[in-house]
Amino acid sequence: MARITAGVTTSHVPAIGAAVDLGKTGEPYWKPVFAGYEASKRWMAENLPDVIILVYNDHASAFSLDIVPTFAIGCAESFAPADEGWGPRPVPVVQGHPELAAHIAQSVIQQDFDLTIINKMDVDHGLTVPLSLLFGQPRAWPVKVIPLAVNVVLYPPPSGRRCYELGKAIRNAVGSFEPDLKVQVWGTGGMSHQLQGPRAGLINQAWDNHFLDRLIDDPEGLSRVPHIEYVREAGSEGIELVMWLIMRGALQPKVKLIHRFYHVPASNTAVGHLVLENPA
Amino acid sequence: MSLHKPYTDVPGTTIFDADQARKGYHLNQFCMSLMGPENRARFKADERAYLEEWPMTPEQREGVLARDYNKLISLGGNVYFLAKIFSTDGLSFQQAVSTMTGMTPEAYVQMMVNGGRSPEGNRYIGEKP
Repeated sequence: MARITAGVTTSHVPAIGAAVDLGKTGEPYWKPVFAGYEASKRWMAENLPDVIILVYNDHASAFSLDIVPTFAIGCAESFAPADEGWGPRPVPVVQGHPELAAHIAQSVIQQDFDLTIINKMDVDHGLTVPLSLLFGQPRAWPVKVIPLAVNVVLYPPPSGRRCYELGKAIRNAVGSFEPDLKVQVWGTGGMSHQLQGPRAGLINQAWDNHFLDRLIDDPEGLSRVPHIEYVREAGSEGIELVMWLIMRGALQPKVKLIHRFYHVPASNTAVGHLVLENPA
Repeated sequence: MSLHKPYTDVPGTTIFDADQARKGYHLNQFCMSLMGPENRARFKADERAYLEEWPMTPEQREGVLARDYNKLISLGGNVYFLAKIFSTDGLSFQQAVSTMTGMTPEAYVQMMVNGGRSPEGNRYIGEKP
C-alpha cells in the first residue's frame, strides 16, 4: 500500500527561484537562505519519495479571476512552468501521477471535501520554487508531483481548520491506494509577509516561530486560529500559512522533527522550513 | 446574516475579498493578458491603446499608466495580478512593493534586511506604537 513517510514545509518566494535561475545563490544576501536547506537536501537524497503531494497556491497564473477554485488537484500527466510575466522559469516540466491523483480526488470527495479536478494546468513559482530549494537544478525532477492548489489570494480562503481536516482526508486516501508508494506531503508559502499597501514589509518573527512550534506539537490547537490573526500578525499574504496545516493533517499526530530553519528576509518575506517524519 | 469582515481595521491593508474582486475584474483580467510575450510587446508599444481594449474604468486606466499600485489596489486590483504589469516593466516584487510604502526602494530594502516592518503599532488603525 502507499504510505506517507514525511512532510516538508517551505516558503516559496519568487525571488528565491530567480536567485537559483540567475546563479546568485552564493551571493552574501542569498547564501544564508540556501544554507538553511543543505541538511534537508542531504536528507531528501536519502529519503526520496516516489510522489510528492505539493500543496501550494497559484498566484494568478493558471487561475485568472474567471474561475477560482478553493481546492484543486492536478490529475494531468505533466505540468509546464508558467509564464508569470517574465517568461517561464528554466526548470524541468513537472511529471504528475495521474493514477494516485485520481484516487485521492475520488477518496477525499467521498470524505466531503469537494476538490476541483484539473486536467490541464501550468504551475507557477508557488510549486517550482520549493522543488528548486530541495532538489537544486536537475535535468529532470527526481520525483513525481501531484499539485494541490489552494486559493489563498481571493478572500476568504479556506479556514485553517478546513485545511487541517483536508490533510487528514488525504492521509486516508493515500493509505487506501494499492501500489506500494512512498509519498511525501509538502505545505508551502508564508511565512509572515505583506506585499501591498503602506504596511508592506511586515515581518513578525515571534509569531512565525510560535507557529512553527505549534505546527510540530499542537496542530489541533493551531488549526483553530482564525484568519484575522494571520492577517493582523503575519501580514495579508501571511495567510498562505493555512496551507501548511494540510501537510500537518496528512501526517501522524506525533512526528519526528528532522530539520527546522527560519531566516529573514528573502525579498519581502520571512523564510520558514520544516522537515517532519512520520513514525515508522 | 451579514458578512463578517473583521479585517477592515488593519492599517495600510486592503483585503482582496470577493467584493473587491468584482470591482477589479476587468483590471485584473487585463493584467493576466500580459502573461504572453506578444501582448507584453503590444502593451509596451502603446499602453493607452492597449488599455482601451479592456472595459476598465477611466480611474483604473490612469492608475495603470501612472503605476500607482496603492490606487489600483483600492480600485479592486490584487498584487499577484498587478505583478504582471511590474514584471513587464522588469521590476521585482521588492522594487514594486516598495513603491506602495512611501519609502525609497533603498530604504525599503534596508528595512527588510533589518528584520522587516515591526507589527508593533501596525495591528489596528489608530494604534500608537
